Amino acid sequence: MSANMKILRGGRIIDPKNGRDGLGDFWIRDGNIAVVEDKIPADAEVIDCQGKWVVPGLIDLHVHLREPGQEYKETIESGCLAAAAGGFTAVCCMPNSKPVNDNAAITRAIVDTAKSCAARVYPAGAVSCGSQGENLAEYAEMKEAGIVAVTDDGRPVENSQLMRRALEYADSHDLPVMSHAEDMSLSRNGCMHEGVVSTRLGLRGIPAAAESIMVFRDAALAELTGARLHICHVSAESSVAVIRAARSRGIKITAETAPHYFTLTDEAAVGYDTNAKMNPPLRSEADREAIRAALADGVLDAIATDHAPHSILEKEVEFNRAANGVIGLETALPLTLALVRDGVITPARLVELMSVNPAAIIGVPGGSLAVGAVADVTIIDPERRWRFTETTNHSKSVNSPFWGWELQGRAVMTMLAGRIAYQFND
Amino acid sequence: MQTEYAFRHRHIFGMEQLSSEDILHIIATARSFKEISSRPIKKVPTLRGKTVVNIFFEPSTRTRLSFEIAAKRMSADTFNIAAATSSTTKGETLADTAKNLMAMNPDVLVLRHSSAGAPQLLAKHVGAAVINAGDGAHEHPSQSLLDIMTIMEHKSDLAGLKIAIIGDITHSRVAGSNIRGFTKLGAKVFVAGPKTFIPQGIEKLGALVCREVNEAVAEADVVMALRIQRERDHDSLIPSLREYSRCYGVSAAMLRNARPDAIVMHPGPVNRGVEMNPDVADGPRSVILEQVTNGVAVRMALLYLVAGGQGGQE
Repeated sequence: MSANMKILRGGRIIDPKNGRDGLGDFWIRDGNIAVVEDKIPADAEVIDCQGKWVVPGLIDLHVHLREPGQEYKETIESGCLAAAAGGFTAVCCMPNSKPVNDNAAITRAIVDTAKSCAARVYPAGAVSCGSQGENLAEYAEMKEAGIVAVTDDGRPVENSQLMRRALEYADSHDLPVMSHAEDMSLSRNGCMHEGVVSTRLGLRGIPAAAESIMVFRDAALAELTGARLHICHVSAESSVAVIRAARSRGIKITAETAPHYFTLTDEAAVGYDTNAKMNPPLRSEADREAIRAALADGVLDAIATDHAPHSILEKEVEFNRAANGVIGLETALPLTLALVRDGVITPARLVELMSVNPAAIIGVPGGSLAVGAVADVTIIDPERRWRFTETTNHSKSVNSPFWGWELQGRAVMTMLAGRIAYQFND
Repeated sequence: MQTEYAFRHRHIFGMEQLSSEDILHIIATARSFKEISSRPIKKVPTLRGKTVVNIFFEPSTRTRLSFEIAAKRMSADTFNIAAATSSTTKGETLADTAKNLMAMNPDVLVLRHSSAGAPQLLAKHVGAAVINAGDGAHEHPSQSLLDIMTIMEHKSDLAGLKIAIIGDITHSRVAGSNIRGFTKLGAKVFVAGPKTFIPQGIEKLGALVCREVNEAVAEADVVMALRIQRERDHDSLIPSLREYSRCYGVSAAMLRNARPDAIVMHPGPVNRGVEMNPDVADGPRSVILEQVTNGVAVRMALLYLVAGGQGGQE
């Protein structure tokens, strides 16, 4: 049997981990990245990549796949297809399924289901049993089953002592703790950013301090314990300032933001659009600018989607009663490409934020186009204009503030170990 | 020269959507209807055959009654639905309620709801005109219009007036609508209360925030006290009603700094001795009962404008 060969022809290969950014051919042999040779084998499949970027597969640190338990919103299969269509070859799924992923049996079920899907799934396990914030879950067993981090995302750990123990215990098992930073006593009953817009709309606000206070607490606990802390979906300028300071003290802290925080502000909620409701909320223009600057200067390490599918049952209701969250897997790349077009970040930085750094934070393969590595590769057309609608969406849900938007740039092919997981057809 | 004016709003969500021209047109319409309520036969056939449904998800006596009387004096058929918010949590959403109502083909839905933005949500799902009778801490436009009508009866014009609003601005939809409405007509609105009652960015709505209540009341033409919502006590916004009353309760002594012809208003019902002393509430400057009377006229005007003659193009 001849080798299974794919040749990506003439694309811009962007591989910051190996210091590469230039035009060239890219060979994949039997699912692995191969040395480029002079002679193209007769049976090789040649894929024209002129005008396209060839990058290591994108990795999303923060998604909600809703399975088990809320399959009417999303399944592992549909979520992975949306991921592949968005250029992601791997996703880290949050444990707030029903039941919560707080034990090895559930972790195994997720991992098994994901094996036949269009993207790799790395589950995050719960910090505490049932994410109730009381007792530590069994990290060692969950790690054997496949978790790559622990978090009580969506149910922030209120008890500082438990958070300290979680950081210590996770560090013993070489797992990072992902923190959804929110002081619930400040945010309770709030449904959008506290500011002029919340006052105008008569909606209860959530101050930026509700986030930055917890970022500070968790950074202090990471310093105390020497453990690895990752801050989820940073939305506020004040949080960026805390992370910057923490890093300068040598604290092991990494952080992500989501595309809606660098694209939109709280103005998006005007008209009570529940697709502009998420937690943390969309914030002020000053916050948005600070997030963009922090992506460029390195204080923020990653862009994650916080893909959070909800049906109209949760969204077609009064604003204060609507569920938090928006889908994001298929819009993240085009919205980040807009940062490149705006001159905020370079293409290489995009690859760091969406592939290299996420792989390092959760310690999984990927983020590199080195010869011999598994060929998880994304081909991006940075110019292609397309519209986010029913016909392009792959998620089971449609709760997006970008619904109907014309976007520029997208993944046109996503490869998992050299196999085509997704191909864009217009 | 006056160009042709037409009232173009299909729904009444709040004062934010109304221009000063719209507001004055509604007040003029209300004035023309006010006299009907003093006739021996208090009824005109203007809205005969129209159906008005009052949907109140929050308890309300005055506003609901005022809308009901207004509709009846215009000969509309009225129905009241007192929906407990809890029943919607058991499965029926506001959208479901709306769709069920539409099967009965009403012309106007008057909605009171604890969620800001609920009237907009309702309007998305119904063909009828929607009038906001108070949505959460957002707006209460008919209250603001009746306040404007009452002020205009005493001061003729709002332009240049100093109006003080004292109390819980954050949770008050009356304040939300009045700050918008009064400033659109050229008044200067001063708000005062403990900082726990002053929302972020309220000055962007046109209000001037006073640290001292006396600063707001000094030389004021109108002093309005807001109702302290006792059910919010758990929120630790103020230590006690006693201390609030002592610092912010509108008293005769406080009013000495207001203009001699200042009027005193309150959206009702008054917690006497808390946000307003009885001698003020029942005193010569008080126009509180006139507000109630004008409420019927304003609501007749709103029902007429959205269900009757003109309007409805938006």
